Amino acid sequence: MDYNFQYGVVWDNFGALMEGAWLTFQLGVFAFAGGVLIGLLGASIKTYGPWPLRFLVDCYVVFITNTPALIQIYFLYFGLPELGVRWSNETCVLIGLVLNAGAYLTMILRAGFLSVRKTELEAGQTLGFSLVQQIRYIVVPHIAKTVYPALANFFIVVLVMGTSIGALIGVDDLTGQAINLSSINYRWLEYFSVVAVIYVVLTFVASIGLALLGRWAFRVRARIF
Amino acid sequence: MERILEQIPRFFTADNMALLLQSAGLTLAMTLTGCLIGFGLAFILVFLRQTPGLWALPLRVVCITYVEVFRRIPFIVVIYLVLFFIQTVASDASLFTIAVISICIYAIAYTADIIRGGLESVPVTQTEAARAMNFGRLRTLVTVTLPQAWPVILPPAIAFAVSFIKDTALVSQIGVFELTFRGKELNNQGYSGILVFGTIAMCYFLMSFPLSMLGQYLEKRLATPRGERSARKIRRA
Amino acid sequence: MPHLAVNDLRAKYGALEVLKGVSFSMEKGQVVALVGPSGSGKSTVLRTLVGLTPVSGGSVTIHGDEIRYSNAASVRRARDQMAIVFQQYNLFQNMRIIDNVTVAPTKIKKRPKAEARADAERLLAMVGLADKLNAFPDQLSGGQQQRVAIARALALHPEILLLDEVTSALDPELVNEVLDTIRRLATEGMTMILVSHEMAFVREVADKVIFMDSGAVVEEGLPEQLFDAPKTDRAREFFGKILRH
Repeated sequence: MDYNFQYGVVWDNFGALMEGAWLTFQLGVFAFAGGVLIGLLGASIKTYGPWPLRFLVDCYVVFITNTPALIQIYFLYFGLPELGVRWSNETCVLIGLVLNAGAYLTMILRAGFLSVRKTELEAGQTLGFSLVQQIRYIVVPHIAKTVYPALANFFIVVLVMGTSIGALIGVDDLTGQAINLSSINYRWLEYFSVVAVIYVVLTFVASIGLALLGRWAFRVRARIF
Repeated sequence: MERILEQIPRFFTADNMALLLQSAGLTLAMTLTGCLIGFGLAFILVFLRQTPGLWALPLRVVCITYVEVFRRIPFIVVIYLVLFFIQTVASDASLFTIAVISICIYAIAYTADIIRGGLESVPVTQTEAARAMNFGRLRTLVTVTLPQAWPVILPPAIAFAVSFIKDTALVSQIGVFELTFRGKELNNQGYSGILVFGTIAMCYFLMSFPLSMLGQYLEKRLATPRGERSARKIRRA
Repeated sequence: MPHLAVNDLRAKYGALEVLKGVSFSMEKGQVVALVGPSGSGKSTVLRTLVGLTPVSGGSVTIHGDEIRYSNAASVRRARDQMAIVFQQYNLFQNMRIIDNVTVAPTKIKKRPKAEARADAERLLAMVGLADKLNAFPDQLSGGQQQRVAIARALALHPEILLLDEVTSALDPELVNEVLDTIRRLATEGMTMILVSHEMAFVREVADKVIFMDSGAVVEEGLPEQLFDAPKTDRAREFFGKILRH
């Protein structure tokens, strides 16, 4: 192989990559947060809702989890304008990711809901807890403990797999910046190898942060590696 | 809305459907080849990772690092790295090959952990009994550990492969004529995005959903202990 | 020259020393029983002999040949000469009974298939399981599985058979069928080391009893000597407790 690696140009544009990384992080956090809200709603309906609503949630989950996130986002970006809905590429990615994450998080959180045993709630009732107190002191800690590792893991998936899809419709996230910059001066391997390292560092920082958060807030031993 | 309705008869032609079918085939072929090769290589990775002894420490570190690193890099970045790396070392490699290599690299990282978990689910006492009878490490793996680990390994490995059918959509970016690429092409030809991507989504769904059901069925079936299974066979016979 | 000589054998689990210098020897055809409270290191002795627990000191010789446990070839030779039967049987769950018994002779010792099969059938008939050749382990009772495990070990034609609490995991009514098998091996002159809590059985078959406590040999002798007139306080206390009834 007689390829001559030249990393100089990558360092010159490192600031732009960092801006991309910041956007990646923001997209990841917002998509995840939105997904958690939908997931909570979906899991509640699945657990306590009437059957027509449960069926709707099932359809949503099955359809979203069996089609590519990229196609969902293409649908929003290339399809919706035909109905007069015009969103920017960033909005499309964000909404697409929220809908996508919402479906997966419905499944994850549903598993957590199911893990709360009736006897524990009854114990809470006999101790004179109000409904709010039951949720606050029994349900939430229990669910947090059982699903936290899966949630932390899924956040990394959204942060990495999810956000990078935006680059394919021109969002200037970390991957997007790498595509932009390397199509100017054709240093693809240099840009993408550096970007890969940034992703590894970014997700490691996120993993460690989540593990510490889990230990501090929910007394969960989440796995960093 | 009328535009979409008006396009429907023009869009659902035999030609277009044949193209979609062909692309869906390519999507499946790519996923299957990449995941199968990746699965095989993941076994080697796990085997190397479990090499005992101090001298093998660097080997173990490399294997662990591989898994950790590639699970943290977006698939699209891996695709670009493979594309440009392969093009500098072997400029005549086909895009299909590049796509399969990318899938492979990713599949190794994900299935290695599945395989390791499966092997570790077999009680240590089984390997001890083998060691005490002078089985080597490889022979123990092939004759004792693996046959018992399959029921634990296969369901999540199949689930991974099925879910990766969707992730291969990203390969469209480098111009492989798979399903998503075909969709973009049709969209560029002026067909409605809602129509095209709705149909493409349905195509993925029709591949992914039955296969994931099959995977869940297999999981339930494999979860039955061997004794009960063969007992049933005997009763049936 | 003794058949097997163990001299100052030491082993560690991490920082914990589980064998603190165990020494004993035995002649060909003898049955030696290792007895003592749980955690005294009896099972560890057997495990170190076949190289499953790393040795941290001392020596083991068979026929005057020293086994070097740091050397793979030497460990292989040791495993050729000694076969172990585990408390939990550890039959290969994925193989039929007949395959459990023939796999090592054919694959490891490279004996002809037909010969190994005939040998296995003979051994399985001896332990009373001639009709279970094609069953899977989880279709057998614990006692049956343990008898298969003994047949599997015998199929290796070891010089010494190591039996690690082979009846401890069994329901009481299944213990005798396994003990009968061992009794029969003893009368046929099989050299055996057994770790056991069945004191009546030990008294019956053992030529020598070794009493261990906290990873060391406290006292050894003929079964009658040890059971009826132990010399050390520790042995007197132990046997007094378990033989009283």
